[in-house]
Amino acid sequence: MNYHWDWGVFFRSTGVGHEIYLDWFFSGLAMTLGLALAGWIIALVLGTVLGVMRTLPGKVLPRIAGAYVDLFRNVPLLVQLFIWYYVIPDWLPDAIGNWLKQDISPTTNAFITVMVCLGLFTAARVCEQVRTGIQALPRGQANAGYALGLNIVQVYRHIVVPQAFRIIIPPLTSEFLNIIKNSSVASLVALPELLGQTKQLVDFSAAQFEAYTVGTLIYFVVNIALMFFMRWVEKRLRVPGLIALGGK
Amino acid sequence: MNSDNSAMIRFNQVNKWYGRDHHVLKNISLEVKQGEVVVVCGPSGSGKSTLIRTINQLEPVNDGEIWVDGVQVNHPRTNINRLREEVGFVFQHFNLYPHLSVLQNITLAPVKVRKMSQADADQRGMELLERVGLSNKRDAYPSQLSGGQQQRVAIARGLAMQPKVMLFDEPTSALDPEMIGEVLKVMQNLAESGMTMMVVTHEMGFAREVADRVVFLDHGEILEQAAPAQFFNNPQCDRAQQFLRQVLAPMHG
Ligand SMILES: Nc1ncnc2c1ncn2[C@@H]1O[C@H](COP(=O)(O)OP(=O)(O)O)[C@@H](O)[C@H]1O
Ligand SMILES: [Mg+2]
Repeated sequence: MNYHWDWGVFFRSTGVGHEIYLDWFFSGLAMTLGLALAGWIIALVLGTVLGVMRTLPGKVLPRIAGAYVDLFRNVPLLVQLFIWYYVIPDWLPDAIGNWLKQDISPTTNAFITVMVCLGLFTAARVCEQVRTGIQALPRGQANAGYALGLNIVQVYRHIVVPQAFRIIIPPLTSEFLNIIKNSSVASLVALPELLGQTKQLVDFSAAQFEAYTVGTLIYFVVNIALMFFMRWVEKRLRVPGLIALGGK
Repeated sequence: MNSDNSAMIRFNQVNKWYGRDHHVLKNISLEVKQGEVVVVCGPSGSGKSTLIRTINQLEPVNDGEIWVDGVQVNHPRTNINRLREEVGFVFQHFNLYPHLSVLQNITLAPVKVRKMSQADADQRGMELLERVGLSNKRDAYPSQLSGGQQQRVAIARGLAMQPKVMLFDEPTSALDPEMIGEVLKVMQNLAESGMTMMVVTHEMGFAREVADRVVFLDHGEILEQAAPAQFFNNPQCDRAQQFLRQVLAPMHG
């Protein structure tokens, strides 16, 4: 195979103002990170609530959260995205459906859709991590709170959840890296995030090897950097002997 | 809901089962008066922890009544969180919060439950740390303390709510032998200050010197209740005699 490598392509003008092709990677990366972050906020908040629900006494709340997890973990992400994008808008009340389809730009529409899809998908995974973290704590931790007169909300808020989160920083970090990688499905609903921009560059310039090389490298570098950053955060928050003696 | 009885803690015909046929507490009737120190002892598995944990309802009971300072704790309309504010509990394994400093461990409940200002809670917390001899450890984390120090912090944490009663479930049995004395000393001082205390322990020296009464539990039943001198010198039932032989001279048990 004699492919003619042409790295100069990135510095050529796209024909729009002063923009060069390299700029597409930056705008794509910004979109990817924005999407991942927005989805992550949904996932973290909802996942924490669901994870706590799974550990509560009684049957109803744990079962609701369990059903949520089963549903969102057993349908492929791409299928979920297509349902959110192509099916749900028709089922929404007309006001919201029309707003999504007509009032806002297709890009905004796609962004909101993917953000919700990624957020709800990842929430199921965060839920399971939070549940695991809570269940790893000795029963005596909560009991010590109850014995002092704290109510269940205070026990979760001040004792159980803060400790559980310190335990699950490593798996939560991989979930965050996953959401960045998973956000690439957005290119299938025409959202110009990193993969979308890479594909577009290929269409415009035919420099497919160069484009995919750079796109891949950007995903890789961003994820590795985040991984090291989170390791540092974990060290800073680490409490020695967090899981100490058992005791009830 | 007030009882005309002046007892600080009162069990009236209390029964508890685990599952269908494990009868762990059998017809328990017991009173602890204001300012009294009662030691509960008995073989492992006899129900001592279960008994003491029913007082603040960390364990529910199946029937009978438990009263603390004139409030029936196992009445459905009793606000159990309010009641627990009045009842300090010290666990065998300390159960300090590992993510909070010593002082924060002590002030959490006064601030969140009693709505005390952080400054007031800190000040009270420091007084209590002084009392248990650990004022230099205010900013340490539990994992940086020895077992004996952790248990003294746990006692201070219980006292921070200004409880009417302090309950101890084998407070020294997770400790290395050389640390047992420092914890017992704090408990003795507390007893001398007039605190109503119920203590599950095998420390017979403590029972002899500090307790007003010893309760002997076996298979979920109270087999004997007596003043320490009487209990140790002249135990009535066979099971108590056997138990005492074992704890007092374990090598010849
Ligand atoms: N959560 C529980 N479920 C079932 N059985 C229990 C539970 N907790 C304790 N038991 C049983 O109840 C009995 C009394 O236990 P416990 O009160 O811990 O005894 P002690 O403190 O005197 O050693 C034991 O036989 C123990 O196995
Ligand atoms: Mg016990």
